[in-house]
Amino acid sequence: MDQTPILDRLRPHVPWGLTTPKDERGRAILLATPGVLLEVLRAARTHLPLDSLVDLTCWDRLPDAPRFEVVYLLGQAGGADRLTVKVQVDGDPPRLPTATGIYPGAAWPEREVYDMFGVVFDGHPDLRRILMPDDWEGHPLRRDFPLTEEAVEFKGHTPKVPSEIIPFFRPHSPSGSGGDPPPGSG
Amino acid sequence: MSELTRETLTLNMGPQHPSTHGVLRLVLELEGEIVRTCTPVIGYLHTGIEKEMETRTYLQNVTLVDRIEYVAAYMEEMAFYLAVERLMEVEVPPRARCIRVLMCELNRIASHLLYLGTGCLDLNLSSVFMYCFADRERFLDLSEMVSGQRMMPGYFRAGGVAADLPDEFFPAARAFLDDLPRRIDEYERLLDDNLIWRERTEGVAVLGRDDAIALSATGPVLRGSGVAHDVRKVLPYAGYEEFEFDVPVRPEGDAYARYRVRMEEMRQSRRIALQALERLPDGPVLTGDRKVALPPRAELARSMEAVIHQFKLVSEGMHPPAGDSYVATESARGEKGYFIVSDGSNRPARVHVRAPSFYNLQTLPAMVANRPLSDVVVAVASIDIILGDVDR
Repeated sequence: MDQTPILDRLRPHVPWGLTTPKDERGRAILLATPGVLLEVLRAARTHLPLDSLVDLTCWDRLPDAPRFEVVYLLGQAGGADRLTVKVQVDGDPPRLPTATGIYPGAAWPEREVYDMFGVVFDGHPDLRRILMPDDWEGHPLRRDFPLTEEAVEFKGHTPKVPSEIIPFFRPHSPSGSGGDPPPGSG
Repeated sequence: MSELTRETLTLNMGPQHPSTHGVLRLVLELEGEIVRTCTPVIGYLHTGIEKEMETRTYLQNVTLVDRIEYVAAYMEEMAFYLAVERLMEVEVPPRARCIRVLMCELNRIASHLLYLGTGCLDLNLSSVFMYCFADRERFLDLSEMVSGQRMMPGYFRAGGVAADLPDEFFPAARAFLDDLPRRIDEYERLLDDNLIWRERTEGVAVLGRDDAIALSATGPVLRGSGVAHDVRKVLPYAGYEEFEFDVPVRPEGDAYARYRVRMEEMRQSRRIALQALERLPDGPVLTGDRKVALPPRAELARSMEAVIHQFKLVSEGMHPPAGDSYVATESARGEKGYFIVSDGSNRPARVHVRAPSFYNLQTLPAMVANRPLSDVVVAVASIDIILGDVDR
C-alpha cells in the first residue's frame, strides 16, 4: 500500500529541508536530524495523528559515517497510516533525545537500543541494559563486536567464527569469489 | 504496629516460577498483599538471534526465525519472508499465498489454545488445560503432515512454500475445523459458568484504552482494551484482503476481555481457514524465479542449469538489493514485523524483530499496580507472552 501521501500532510508542520530516501518500497520515510527529531515526532503525534510508536530500532552503518541510524516506526491505533522516521547519529557515545515524553512506549525499545548499540537517550527515565547482563561490557549488535563460539573445555576444540562457516559474498561479486567479511563480523 | 504496616517488602517473582511462562523475573514492591510497583527484568532467554542472523544467509535464517515465537512459528516465517520478498520484489504464486494464510490461521488457533490452557492452569483449572492441549495436538499433527515438523516447521520459502499440501492433510484439517466450534463452546461453558474463573479475571489486570495505545500494546491486548486494530484488516498483507472475517473487540480492558477476544478470534481464524480450504487455487507453490527459489528435485537430474542454480543458492544464497524493508503482520500476540537491512550481500546487514510480546509485556506494570499479588499471575497469563519473543 502506498503511504507516501502522509508525508505531504506532515510537511507543513516540520522544519524545512528534511528529505526522504530514494527507495521507499511503498513506505513513507522521513530523514530527520538529531536536533529536530523531537519536533518531527511531536508533529506526527499531534497533526497526523500517529498516536502509537510501533517500533524503535537501530542499525550500525559501519564503515559509513554517521555510524548509527535509529529508526522510529510510528502508527495509528485503528488506522492504516504509517510513518518511518530515520535519524543518523555519530559520536562517542552517540546521543539522542528520548522520545518517552511523546511516546511512553519508547521506554523499553530505547533501553534495548542503548543496550545493543550504546546510543544514549538523554532524558530517559531509566536507561539501563535490558537484555544483556548488567555487568556486560560492550554493545553486542555493533558490527565491530565479534561473534564467536564460546570457549569450551573439550580437548582440541578451537572455537569457530561463524564467518568461517559461511563464506561472505560481497554485493554482486563475480561468481564464486568469496570476499572478506564486513568489519566486526569476523 | 502502624509503623510496621507501612513498610514495603521487595519480592522476587521468578526467573523460575511456573506462572511466568518461561524465564521472566518480576521485582515486586509489596505493601502487605498489594503490589505498589512491578519491575519486569527480562533477558534471561536472550540468545542473540538478531546478531546470529547477520552471519547467515536468508535461507539459513529461517531456522533461527522459527525459534523466536516458537508456538506461532508459521506466522513468524510469514513475517520474515514477507520482508525478504519485499526486498527482492518476488511474486508469490496464488496457491502458495493461500496455503500460507491457511497454515497461519491454523497456527493462530493452536497458539490461542496454548494461551487458554496455560492461563487456566495458572488458576488451577487443569481440566481445561488438558482439553486445550489435546486439541492443540491435532494442529501439531497437521503441521507434521505439511512440513515434517511439529514445531519450528521451516516450511515457508522466499517466493512460496517448501512443498505442496499432502492429500491426507485435507480430511484431517477439515475434521479439526469441524470439531472446533463444539470444542470452543465447551471451553466457554466450562469457564463462563465458573465462579473462580470469572472472579479472578473480571476487572483484573485492567489496561485502559489510552494506556494500551501509549505503551505500544498490540494484538489481543490492544483489542481487549477497545481498539479495533488488526493488521490483517488495516494493512492487509499476503492476500488477507480476499478473506471475510471480523475483528473482535472488547472495551473492558481486563483479563476477561482479552480471554473473550481470543475465543472469538479462534472462531474467526476457523472462518478464514475454511475459506482458504474452499478456494485453494491450483498451480505451483513456489516461484519459478531461480535466483530466489530452489529448482524442483526432479529437474536436477536433467538440467545442468538447475544444478548450477541449486549450487549457487545453497552455497551462496540470494542477494537482495541494498535497502531496508519492513512488513507489518498480525501474529497471534500482536504486530510482528521484520526490519531487514540489506547491503546487497548474501547475508542481511541487520535484522530487527518487532516482537509483540516485548511491547505487550511493557504494559504489565500498569496492569498490576495497586492490585493484590495474586493478580500478577492472571495479568502475565492474559498478556500471553512468549519469552523467546520477548528476549530474542
